[in-house]
Amino acid sequence: MQLVPYSRGEERFFYTLAALGGLVTLIGLASALYMEIHGHAVTGMNNQIVWGLPHVFAIFLIVAASGVLNVASIGSVFGKVLYKSRAPLSGLLCLAMLAGGLTVLMLDLGRPDRIIVAATHYNFSSVFAWNVFLYSGMFSIVAVYLWTLMERRMNAYSKPAGFAAFIWRLILTTGTGSIFGFLVARQAYQSAILAPMFIIMSFAWGLAAFMVVQKAMFAWNGLTLHPALRNRMKNLLGIFVAATLYFVAVYHLTNLYFAKQVAFERFILVDGGIFPALFWGGWFLVGTVLPLAILYTPGLLAMRGAVMVASILVILGAFCQLYVFIIGGQAFPLEIFPGLAAASSFGDGMVGQYSPSLPEFLLGLGGIGIAFTITTIGVRVFHFLPQDDLAKLEAAGHVLE
Amino acid sequence: MTKLPFKLLCVTSRLRAFASKLLVLAVVLVSGLALAGESRVAKPAVIIEKADSQCVAPPEEMRRNHMEMLKHQRDKTLRLGQRGAKVSLNGCIECHASKKTGSVLGSGENFCQGCHAYAAVHLDCWDCHQPKAHTKATPAPAAAGAKP
Amino acid sequence: MSETSSSRRRFVGASVAGLGIAVAPGIHLIAAQGPAEPAGASNAKRWGLLVDASKCASGCDACVKACATENGINETVADARQGSQWIRKIDLQDKRTGRQLSLPMMCQHCANPPCVDVCPTGASMKRADGIVLVDRHVCIGCRYCMMACPYKARSFVHQPLTEQNPEVPRGLGCVESCTFCVQRVDRGQTPACVEACPEGAMVFGDLKDPNSAISRRLAQVATTQVRADLGLDTGVRYQGL
Ligand code: HEC
Ligand code: HEC
Ligand code: HEC
Repeated sequence: MQLVPYSRGEERFFYTLAALGGLVTLIGLASALYMEIHGHAVTGMNNQIVWGLPHVFAIFLIVAASGVLNVASIGSVFGKVLYKSRAPLSGLLCLAMLAGGLTVLMLDLGRPDRIIVAATHYNFSSVFAWNVFLYSGMFSIVAVYLWTLMERRMNAYSKPAGFAAFIWRLILTTGTGSIFGFLVARQAYQSAILAPMFIIMSFAWGLAAFMVVQKAMFAWNGLTLHPALRNRMKNLLGIFVAATLYFVAVYHLTNLYFAKQVAFERFILVDGGIFPALFWGGWFLVGTVLPLAILYTPGLLAMRGAVMVASILVILGAFCQLYVFIIGGQAFPLEIFPGLAAASSFGDGMVGQYSPSLPEFLLGLGGIGIAFTITTIGVRVFHFLPQDDLAKLEAAGHVLE
Repeated sequence: MTKLPFKLLCVTSRLRAFASKLLVLAVVLVSGLALAGESRVAKPAVIIEKADSQCVAPPEEMRRNHMEMLKHQRDKTLRLGQRGAKVSLNGCIECHASKKTGSVLGSGENFCQGCHAYAAVHLDCWDCHQPKAHTKATPAPAAAGAKP
Repeated sequence: MSETSSSRRRFVGASVAGLGIAVAPGIHLIAAQGPAEPAGASNAKRWGLLVDASKCASGCDACVKACATENGINETVADARQGSQWIRKIDLQDKRTGRQLSLPMMCQHCANPPCVDVCPTGASMKRADGIVLVDRHVCIGCRYCMMACPYKARSFVHQPLTEQNPEVPRGLGCVESCTFCVQRVDRGQTPACVEACPEGAMVFGDLKDPNSAISRRLAQVATTQVRADLGLDTGVRYQGL
């Protein structure tokens, strides 16, 4: 531990960052209040598109939160020394992003004032209610896990705690995927593949988020990641992005196989306006092809900040993907009378229209602000900078050339 | 399936009511000690409009327990479909609405508002429940349903 | 009905348990309730509705208007897509034959309602007599039920309301839908839409009573449940679809 005390300038930088995060958070909370007073009339959401931008942000944060914990799991559960030193940061990020995502989800409720009702009334057949348990369980387990990592006397228990956290996070992402997977009525969602797909996506998004934060922290402390370590982590990211590509491809191909889903696939992939554009331009090109190209082309990879750029692209792609999945899935007209063309004053047979409003965007951003603020303060208070002891790594059999 | 949540509902609502009572007691004790009886909101004048009738329970009882009675009854009316019980929110409003404004809300003189302002209780009931007595169904709007 | 009485026993049991936890309010509560308890919804009944689509005229929206009047759905909304519609008319056309028809669509009051399954707080619920309702005292406005409903039967209240019908409370931030006019049904009346239909195209009644008008019709004519493939066992049936 050779951390130098913070200099004056660093001190000021820290407070600026914390204030920035706090400000974004505050704006998010103010937007939520505005939405609560005026109702969802001030959002773009309506009776056709019932879940909007806040859900895109919230689900990104929650899924990525479970994914970011993977870094710790690889260290604790699979005993990889390289990742062990990153476990505390990974745990902290997990808590921060979970807190951000859940806050957004909660503040978007029609009656956020009744949050106590949500905590005291459970319908045990609801996937949503299971998720409430899974989320609160995740908080406790990760908190205990962090404690076993930080408290020397508890270190011996860090492996079982890490294992518990790993199992829990798999269940949690399965739960998040199942929120959609159980919606039998909707063409977009009734699929068993959603749960494993969400797990793989969480791996990719979580690792990307981790890389961005790690890079920022190293830059702040004037450190650089050892090239061998960077190489290892970027390869892992590449594998996760490719695996996501595989799952998304399977999801759409199986849909195409079922005749009744062809119209939906046409909508998402070809003629659905913004949705095919976001799918191909956003998720496929920006979020998948470009990062893979950067990660696997030596010339590009050699450039400064290449991995950081790839990670950010993966995150941007994730948002596009979720937008297509959540909003596109609802915009496609519900087939109430298969084989019949329908028309009504309630949007039957018509593509749902949704234009996000500023308050809901700011609420979503507020979730990121919360995650950012918690991370900034947590990192500072607990000194969670990953410390790579190169000698130890070599002793553990890592080839560092 | 539908029975289990209801059972839970009863127990949890009691638990919460109990907890909130403890809290109120604590707050009252503390603020009583601190402020020695000083309060900013004027003490409510409870105006009884239909003095010749009988409340659903003795006034003592009502003052202390009307919230529990209402919350208990609403579950029975809504979930079990038991109609015509003595306790009913619409019943309260029919008797207690002000003769002047026809409502139980509006100002401190109105029955359900005065006390609550005094006790700093905020009710969300009126988001949905009509506070005016004898309001009949609104006439059919020009275009049916909620329209711009 | 042994099930009803056992549920009442359980209910009393829960009350007694609650009493142990909060003694004082419990005692007052029971004293205030008095001995007589009105009979509630019973599972000896199942309310159902039969719509004869062949009688339903395309331009007619008498049922929709009647529903709006009865349930006080009268607010002005800035964006039509954010307005509540408990019942709506759908015009249908067969893509191959060109046959046209028109019918009212509303909550189908499923025996296995997906909205009830997914609701995290248990606000979405089915009464013993099959009427599916939202208990808006515990609804948190998450809209998961709207995602789950195959009929798009539910609406979310997007703005504050003031002109409610006292018998039909509704308000900001909760999900709502057709209640079969539960306030009328509990008084022995039929839903407002049924009463208003100029063609007499709707029959309301008890599906469990073999002698009810609706049961007799169901025994005579071919009827359909919408999205029967989902196995939800709807309480609303259509004829001539
Ligand atoms: C979001 C809307 C909403 C809110 C808020 C609300 N209610 Fe209700 N309430 C309803 C609906 C809907 C019914 C069902 C009416 C029916 O079926 O007859 C109902 C029924 C009731 C009933 C039974 C009917 C009657 O007139 O007795 C009671 C009692 C009741 N509510 C009490 C309350 C109380 C007390 C509050 C505040 C703590 C409250 N409600 C808040 C929507 C609401
Ligand atoms: C039949 C008419 C009637 C109905 C229905 C009714 N009340 Fe009353 N209420 C009265 C009358 C009369 C009094 C005054 C009793 C007295 O002072 O002896 C009263 C007194 C009260 C008081 C005590 C006021 C005070 O501090 O003196 C409260 C609280 C109250 N009612 C609440 C309610 C609630 C809540 C309901 C609905 C569950 C309700 N009432 C229904 C007639 C009614
Ligand atoms: C005599 C004064 C008084 C009158 C009159 C009165 N209330 Fe209350 N009410 C209170 C007090 C005090 C509380 C808070 C008690 C507590 O929190 O334990 C309360 C609480 C409530 C609550 C519970 C609030 C919550 O969120 O827990 C409801 C519901 C309620 N009142 C309904 C009514 C209605 C409806 C009327 C009019 C018919 C009414 N009250 C008239 C004094 C009054």
